[in-house]
Amino acid sequence: MRSTKTYFSTFFSGLLSLLKGMRVTIREFFTKKTTEQYPENRATLKMFDRFRGELVMPHDENGNNKCIACGLCQANCPNGTIRITTDTITTEDGKKKKVLVKYEYDLGSCIFCQLCVKNCPRNAIEFRPTFEHAVFTRSKLIKQLN
Amino acid sequence: MFDFGVVTQWIDELLRSFLPGTAATLVELVLIGLCLLVGYAVIALILIYAERKVCAFFQCRIGPNRVGPYGTIQSIADMLKMLTKEIIEINHVDRFLFNLAPFMVIIASVLAFGCLPFAKGLHVIDFNVGIFFLIAVSSIGIVGILLAGWASNNKYSLIGAMRSGAQMISYELSIGLSILTLVVFSGTMQLSEIVEQQAAGWFIFRGHIPAFIAFVIYVIAGTAETNRGPFDLPEADSELTAGYHTEYSGMHFGFFYLAEYLNMFVVAGVATTLFLGGWMPLHIPGWEGFNQVMDYIPSLIWFAGKCAVVIFIIMWFKWTFPRLRIDQLLHLEWKYLLPINLCNLLLMVIVVVFKLHF
Repeated sequence: MRSTKTYFSTFFSGLLSLLKGMRVTIREFFTKKTTEQYPENRATLKMFDRFRGELVMPHDENGNNKCIACGLCQANCPNGTIRITTDTITTEDGKKKKVLVKYEYDLGSCIFCQLCVKNCPRNAIEFRPTFEHAVFTRSKLIKQLN
Repeated sequence: MFDFGVVTQWIDELLRSFLPGTAATLVELVLIGLCLLVGYAVIALILIYAERKVCAFFQCRIGPNRVGPYGTIQSIADMLKMLTKEIIEINHVDRFLFNLAPFMVIIASVLAFGCLPFAKGLHVIDFNVGIFFLIAVSSIGIVGILLAGWASNNKYSLIGAMRSGAQMISYELSIGLSILTLVVFSGTMQLSEIVEQQAAGWFIFRGHIPAFIAFVIYVIAGTAETNRGPFDLPEADSELTAGYHTEYSGMHFGFFYLAEYLNMFVVAGVATTLFLGGWMPLHIPGWEGFNQVMDYIPSLIWFAGKCAVVIFIIMWFKWTFPRLRIDQLLHLEWKYLLPINLCNLLLMVIVVVFKLHF
């Protein structure tokens, strides 16, 4: 008797679950497709905000950046990607101050770990979601950010 | 409604006006064969394209869209590729049977294809046991598949062919019984007669519950019969590389491929003819204006549209359900579909005897 009951109950529950599956797939059939047709949609393609494409140092309208040349980013970089050249100047009130001369960033050896951005005390550097970085020589990948 | 009989009549008279009777018949036979083969190839190309698109849409992709507008020429390019590929001669195979097998498969599906009433007056083979003939010729395909597996001298091919044999012979039963249910309802095996009877309303509506159950069972068994997912055990890419056609290459493989898709069309065509009214437009008794409008749509389009719907359902199965194991497959047939089918047949007999249908 019990086996008869399981025969029918499994039949109907199985049928129900099959129909449920078909409902899921037909919904998927009509959803927007996720395929990106890359070279054609270059104008509209937008990467997500947290994508780490390349390191940049934002400058304000007067061309000033927030870098204080502390060298934390250089010290934290596991790959030696960042090289900072500094200079020491004396301000009007007689204090000595380090200033940034050259901020070099090698995109070719960057592992996009974001340690530099996280350690920057002034938020002077950040990652941009750009991704078209292919060039013909490696020397072109070394960029001066300031 | 346009009757294609006018066209065929005209061709017949034209040929007979300048040819003796026998020669005219011979020419007509060749013409019909040519038309069928061309139709066969074209439908296969359309189906391969449709399968790719439908599959892609179910997986949230776009599918082929590079060759031609919306990728429509993709399957033609694939056909050309297939035609130009080498047919590799394999050592240690039974050469005669190995070469015969793809032709057996394709002959079976072309014969079944020829039985379908495509439109009003567009019907190649029509006689009083049409449905019976159709079932008979469509099951010849099993012989081809078994031959292919056996002659290949390859364990994967043989396992695939054996599974296919077990599967097709089991599900043939369900197909036969569900068709029998409808034959009980219509009282005839002649396909043209069956279609004519549905002028008042399609069988799936007129036969209500038993006809609907028979339709569902027919579609399930038909999917299994064409070796498509979720019943694609004979191919089972992950286990058997490609099953019975592992050793085939070039156009011999192409024949299996074509036959697989065309069998799907044949299954859909039979489902259309038996349950959804064939080329008959949708008629609702009492709604004269509506019926008139429906009559303006050509019968060929009605047939193609209904077939497309059934094919879509079969594809929907494939891209939804996971593959069955061989024991589950046989369980489904012998423990569920067969008893349901027999009860359903009895129910249909009761419905017909007591005139409970519309």
